[in-house]
Amino acid sequence: MAKITYIEHNGKSHKVDVPKDLSVMEGAIQNNIPGIDADCGGACACATCHVYVDEKWFDKIEKKKDSEQDMLDMAFEPNKFSRLACQITVSDDLDGLVVKMPSKQA
Amino acid sequence: MIKTDAVVIGAGPVGLFVVHQLGIIGLKADVIDNLDKIGGQCIELYPDKPIYDIPAIPECTGESLTNSLLDQIKPFKPNFHLNERVQSVIKEKDFWKVTTSKNKNFIAPCIIIAGGVGSFEPRKFAVTNSEKFENTGIFYSVKDKNLFKNKKVSIFGGGDSALDWAIELSKIADITLVHRRNEFRGAKHSSELVKKLEKEGKIKIKTPFQINSIEGKNKIEAINVKSEEGKIEKIATDYVLGFFGLIMKLGPIAEWGLNLDKKTIPVNTENFQTNKKGIFAIGDICSYPGKLKLILSGFHEGALAARACFKLAKPNETYRFEYTTTSKSMQERLGVKKSD
Repeated sequence: MAKITYIEHNGKSHKVDVPKDLSVMEGAIQNNIPGIDADCGGACACATCHVYVDEKWFDKIEKKKDSEQDMLDMAFEPNKFSRLACQITVSDDLDGLVVKMPSKQA
Repeated sequence: MIKTDAVVIGAGPVGLFVVHQLGIIGLKADVIDNLDKIGGQCIELYPDKPIYDIPAIPECTGESLTNSLLDQIKPFKPNFHLNERVQSVIKEKDFWKVTTSKNKNFIAPCIIIAGGVGSFEPRKFAVTNSEKFENTGIFYSVKDKNLFKNKKVSIFGGGDSALDWAIELSKIADITLVHRRNEFRGAKHSSELVKKLEKEGKIKIKTPFQINSIEGKNKIEAINVKSEEGKIEKIATDYVLGFFGLIMKLGPIAEWGLNLDKKTIPVNTENFQTNKKGIFAIGDICSYPGKLKLILSGFHEGALAARACFKLAKPNETYRFEYTTTSKSMQERLGVKKSD
């Protein structure tokens, strides 16, 4: 279990417990947190679960694969802290993780 | 006006298989899809990626699954209407009138929505005045390349479409290729060719840059691009092309009076009918307690929806449950030739 904070673009913050082995995307969907669409259902095929990982956390997360980078090219206003939430697996080490959502997903 | 038994919206695997299920019980289907090809997400998002959970097929790809399904429904000669999005659905007595973006009209007792997450549409620029120039100065596809002859064209994107058009249009236009990363994601030989053309002075490449603003009153005069560090550069431009891939949008489905739950359509699990009689929803777009977004679930949903369509399309006939193994009429519809 990890406590993850999802911050909407308007600043509204949601702190939820996400069981380990789920993805950060699933944590948002299961808790009805707005701002993450996940149209393709977690197949790394649509870039609508784009999040900005908090600077302090970015390097603690497993590195992205090429396929994720390719999809991030399609995301709305990506920056160097951009990730696809479906590709981040929750573990106890990510307890306290903070991610921010972009103003829109596409 | 096209008369048919069932209008199927979406040519993904579930839309294709429901054509089979309609076909074996003698119902004719017309399939409409906004993409220019058959296969839906399977063909657009993962043609080469493996699928391991189609019953009796240990491994296939999005493309091979699509081809197998097309093969399976061949006897029913379904009509495909591609590059068309269904705009409106209007009740006319016991029928539904369906109108597409190309103003094609259908009349049918049944509509089966197998629309996945919605229709695929190009991802667009997000800067404030980009909408104003859409289709006059900004394009997301190329219909007539002569428009760009001897013009200054800025092309955005790092995939195959962006690279291919940069190469092609560099023969007739002044091209600047803009991408947010230094690496291109398109085919290796294309990205090498683009870099070669840059060395020869035939293409300008601006990376890593993204669009920041568009200048011009009635027509585009220049664009400003911004680097990750915030550096802004101006590029004199007549036309802008954006190739950022496709995004799925629910689109007009939301306006047909159907109950919606987020981006899905609630159905009953007896026949997958929506809150409107004669309109069914199957595959990823439908929702009910326990719904799994799997292709195999969509196949089952289509089998039941097709039987419900029979009662609406042929109200004076009795529906009989039969097996393809033994049913003469089903085998005739399948075009099975008896060897004995």
